[in-house]
Amino acid sequence: MNDKIDLDKVYAPSEDVVVREIEGEVVIVPLVSGIGDVEDELFTLNETGRDIWKRVDGSKPLAAVVRELAEEYDAPAGLIEGDVVGLLEELLVRKMVVEKQ
Amino acid sequence: MTGKAYVKKIRSGEARLWPSRRPLLTRLDIELTERCNNNCVHCSVNRPAGDYDAREREWGAESWKKLLGEAAVLGCLVVRLTGGEPLLRGDFEEIYIQARRLGLRVMIFTNATLVTPGLARLLKDMPPLEAVEVSVYGMKKETYEAVTRTPGSFDAFRRGLRLLRDNGVPFIVKGAVLPGTRGEMDEFEAWAAGLPGAAGLPSYAQLFDLRSRRNGRKNALISSLRPDAAEFVRVSRRHGEEAVGEWRDFCGRSGGGHGGRLFSCLPSGGSASVDPYGQLQYCLGLRHPATVYDLATGSLREAVTEFLPRVRDMRSADRAYLERCGRCFLKGLCEQCPAKSWAEHGTLDTPVEYFCGIAHAQAAAAGLLEPGEKAWTVADGAARTKQRS
Repeated sequence: MNDKIDLDKVYAPSEDVVVREIEGEVVIVPLVSGIGDVEDELFTLNETGRDIWKRVDGSKPLAAVVRELAEEYDAPAGLIEGDVVGLLEELLVRKMVVEKQ
Repeated sequence: MTGKAYVKKIRSGEARLWPSRRPLLTRLDIELTERCNNNCVHCSVNRPAGDYDAREREWGAESWKKLLGEAAVLGCLVVRLTGGEPLLRGDFEEIYIQARRLGLRVMIFTNATLVTPGLARLLKDMPPLEAVEVSVYGMKKETYEAVTRTPGSFDAFRRGLRLLRDNGVPFIVKGAVLPGTRGEMDEFEAWAAGLPGAAGLPSYAQLFDLRSRRNGRKNALISSLRPDAAEFVRVSRRHGEEAVGEWRDFCGRSGGGHGGRLFSCLPSGGSASVDPYGQLQYCLGLRHPATVYDLATGSLREAVTEFLPRVRDMRSADRAYLERCGRCFLKGLCEQCPAKSWAEHGTLDTPVEYFCGIAHAQAAAAGLLEPGEKAWTVADGAARTKQRS
């Protein structure tokens, strides 16, 4: 279990990014400085990331996201959990998601 | 599910996001105003800052914000705010903030003289995600203000640039090769190399556009400031033969003449431009009435999906164009295009002798043409380019 990402917590997209869906791609655009390594970067998600991202909307804990995806993909929860935690780690370090209090 | 590297970074100018299906619009150029606080000798868009008629006709912030929203819906990622001098507008920040909140990258073309501490802080806190592009007209006050014809503009430009630099706002500088600035090119390049984020030589405006709004007196002045073909080649070779090699490569890649097709430069899902009064065009110079769409009578979506494709399909019936430009293997190298023909001749397809001469000089320097040879008489330009590369 990762020590930063807590499956019992609720996460939501940060207000410091603008998230756009363009031609099937999720594009994350920094709104303030300090999101990317340099100031002219945008970000997209891979297919797995897109499926997870759609559910990380501030309405439910990550554990529920894992359950939903495990059901939809008929896959072991442990495998799904690895992907969810992996994505959230990346998003959190880039300040693209925030933990909802 | 599986996944490593869930998040991918995309740097400005890197490979396109959508290799097979592009958004309906990828970039929108907005000329916020024709007005400028400078009065540059070579500029094709600079009505006086206080021009009442122009200011009265300009779209207000609400119209621009609505248009930006429509552009975002069409998938647009980049908006360029230019002018005239876009910072002349009191509502510039409002328009800029809206563009950023919609998730657009913003390119700003400016002379930097009107950058305020507040604007520099805004660009620091809410970065445009594209380097601000600053035009520089000389290294010395006398040189600079001989170009801008505006007392105090040199100090104002230096102050604006300092504000950008002190706030860590990425910017690039661009020069203009004019009779008065040619002697300062080395100094300009050395200075530019010392600026934050400098990479390579700065770019220059050299083959100045005439006024697309077709003002005869100003166009005569602009024409008189352009370099002749030999001078253009000489300036391009200042740092060696790299530019000449690029011209040769460009001819090799551009595939020769395009027959009667006028708009070889315009892919679908590309860019569009809007002037200060809501007139949409493929590019800001293309003001022929048949190629302009009044956004007051329709929508950006309609313009992009229905009007611009019709423009893109336009073909030339001009004999001189078909016999020369339509067959010319330097077509990709030559600056002639419908916008340039419009500015020079008031048509979409009259060959432009000035650009024709420049392209021929480039090709001769690249060893692709013999002295006196006309490129449109070369039967197989692709073979010629391959053979001599």
